[in-house]
Amino acid sequence: MTEVIVRSGGLSTTVQDAGRDGQYAIGMPPSGAMDQYSYEIANLLVGNPRGAAVLEATYLGPELEFTDSRHVAVTGADCEVTINGQPAPTWQPLRVGPGDVLAATRVHRGARPYIAIGGGIDVPPYLGSRSTYMLTGIGGFQGRALASGDRLPLGAAPSAPAGAELPAELRVDFPDVVELRVVVGLCSYRLTEGALRSFLDTEWRVTKDADRVGYRLRGGSLDFVEREQPFGAGSDPANVVDLGYPVGSVQVPGGDEPIVLLNDAVTGGGYATIGTVISADRDRVAQARTGSKVRFTAVDLDAALVARQERRARLAKARVALDADPS
Amino acid sequence: MTATKVDLPPARYEFGGDEFVFVELDREMSLEANFKAMAITGALRELDLDGVIDICPSNASYLVRVDPDRLHPAALVERLEELEHSAGELPEDYTVHTRVVDVPVLFDDPWTRETLMRFRDRHQDPEATDLEYAARINGHPDVGSLIDAITSAPFIVTMLGFVPGLPFCYQMVPRDRQIEVPKYVRPRTDTPERAFGFGGAFAVVYPVRGAGGYQLFGIAPAPVFDLSQRLPDFADRIAFPQASDVLRYRSIDLEEYEAVRAEVEAGTFRYRTREVSFRPAEFLADPDGVNDRLMEVLYR
Repeated sequence: MTEVIVRSGGLSTTVQDAGRDGQYAIGMPPSGAMDQYSYEIANLLVGNPRGAAVLEATYLGPELEFTDSRHVAVTGADCEVTINGQPAPTWQPLRVGPGDVLAATRVHRGARPYIAIGGGIDVPPYLGSRSTYMLTGIGGFQGRALASGDRLPLGAAPSAPAGAELPAELRVDFPDVVELRVVVGLCSYRLTEGALRSFLDTEWRVTKDADRVGYRLRGGSLDFVEREQPFGAGSDPANVVDLGYPVGSVQVPGGDEPIVLLNDAVTGGGYATIGTVISADRDRVAQARTGSKVRFTAVDLDAALVARQERRARLAKARVALDADPS
Repeated sequence: MTATKVDLPPARYEFGGDEFVFVELDREMSLEANFKAMAITGALRELDLDGVIDICPSNASYLVRVDPDRLHPAALVERLEELEHSAGELPEDYTVHTRVVDVPVLFDDPWTRETLMRFRDRHQDPEATDLEYAARINGHPDVGSLIDAITSAPFIVTMLGFVPGLPFCYQMVPRDRQIEVPKYVRPRTDTPERAFGFGGAFAVVYPVRGAGGYQLFGIAPAPVFDLSQRLPDFADRIAFPQASDVLRYRSIDLEEYEAVRAEVEAGTFRYRTREVSFRPAEFLADPDGVNDRLMEVLYR
């Protein structure tokens, strides 16, 4: 069996794929790559089939030693990539051989680099997915982040990578203020009209509590509508009778710390949720880093569905761009 | 005594982005709202609609995850509105087929006590334990009286979630006998695995160690979640509790706690479980009578 040797796991690198759907009802979130766009492109670049497992790093990427010849590709965050210490480009397939060491170390912009290896990371699938869900130690490589000395199994490498280099305009960009479109609702009635406006007008800052479970934001304070708490909710004005939380939903415990729930989030609880980031923009949350600025824009369902189509069209364009110029 | 019949407000349909539909049946908790959520989500499951990915009944609401490329969320809402009228009006003979389960709990145990003492600065009453505080605000003369109230009537699993396998449980008693406590002022960063907690009107057993905001009352010796699936009760699924299960929390002493732990370690533990049926209408008319029958079936 072919393996890749982890020399250093980086800050928090996990095995991720398209996600584990269909288990929400028992409380298991989908997990999967946070930036699904960069994830799909990474697989495409090395010729992997859709749904293959890759590595998702955070800020400080891993150092990997290869034991045979493969193609690899690094996408997502703008980071320094080296092979045997020599700088190597991102967003294109790179050839490595036995003993070669790839490092995706310092991230300059964005937060999460994706490293696809030809053949995919071949950890055993669990409930239909190879994604790691760290909170309960499910899936991925032993249910946890990579550590030095780990040896990850690889699938049979595809004969040739699909494409050359992804055109710059199809890569991820890193705006100064990350705009997230939200469908306002769920329990937004808990906020006063002024508070809801203030939520949308505020430039929020990503705190250091920002991981695969959720992003905590700071920057404003939101008032709740006064009410007699409904039976069963608990006495805090931010408490509601515990309900299911959509992936991408924004909750506001205390009113001063919105939390955007993400791929590994808790699936339910008793804090008021006021809206949901649309699926097309979850890729962008993934690349927002601690200290960066985030702004919410209200959209309706139709606009969310249009954005979903636009995102898909962009992926299709990337596929065409790569297939048109196979190396 | 009879429970007061609750008339539910009109359901509220909300889009959770483009992939989720959230339906709130009531803002306050009642068994009527939960039974309705169970009936509608059960009927939805039987429709087996293409594009529906997850169906999650919750306490007084439910959540559906949808693939909008296969099923337009607005079209799903139309179907749900139909179900609200066809399946949501519970007929008198509507019957819940479920399990009644004995769940041992060691109250006021050393492990949760140690944890809660570490987080007194996040609590409403730093001078008391969570049990002492809950007893006082619920009008019980002492902790023993509160524990009696918790163990004297079963709970129904109204929702699974937060983390895999965590059962939200609502006691099957009229509202004037419900226990209600606030969640911690700020959530703890640590909770022992299998801790028995209470928040709002809900009792839970935490499946894994981690954060938590519920008041800590005790610890269960048996798991509700077993990723290794070593125990026979977990052979088919990693989470034991299922929505609509009826759980009886039974107070045990340290000796029985250790004995059950030993069985769990040896891989021989099984929950005492019986198949059972009951009618919500009958239950709402005579909760104590129905509970007596459920307990008789469980311990017969």
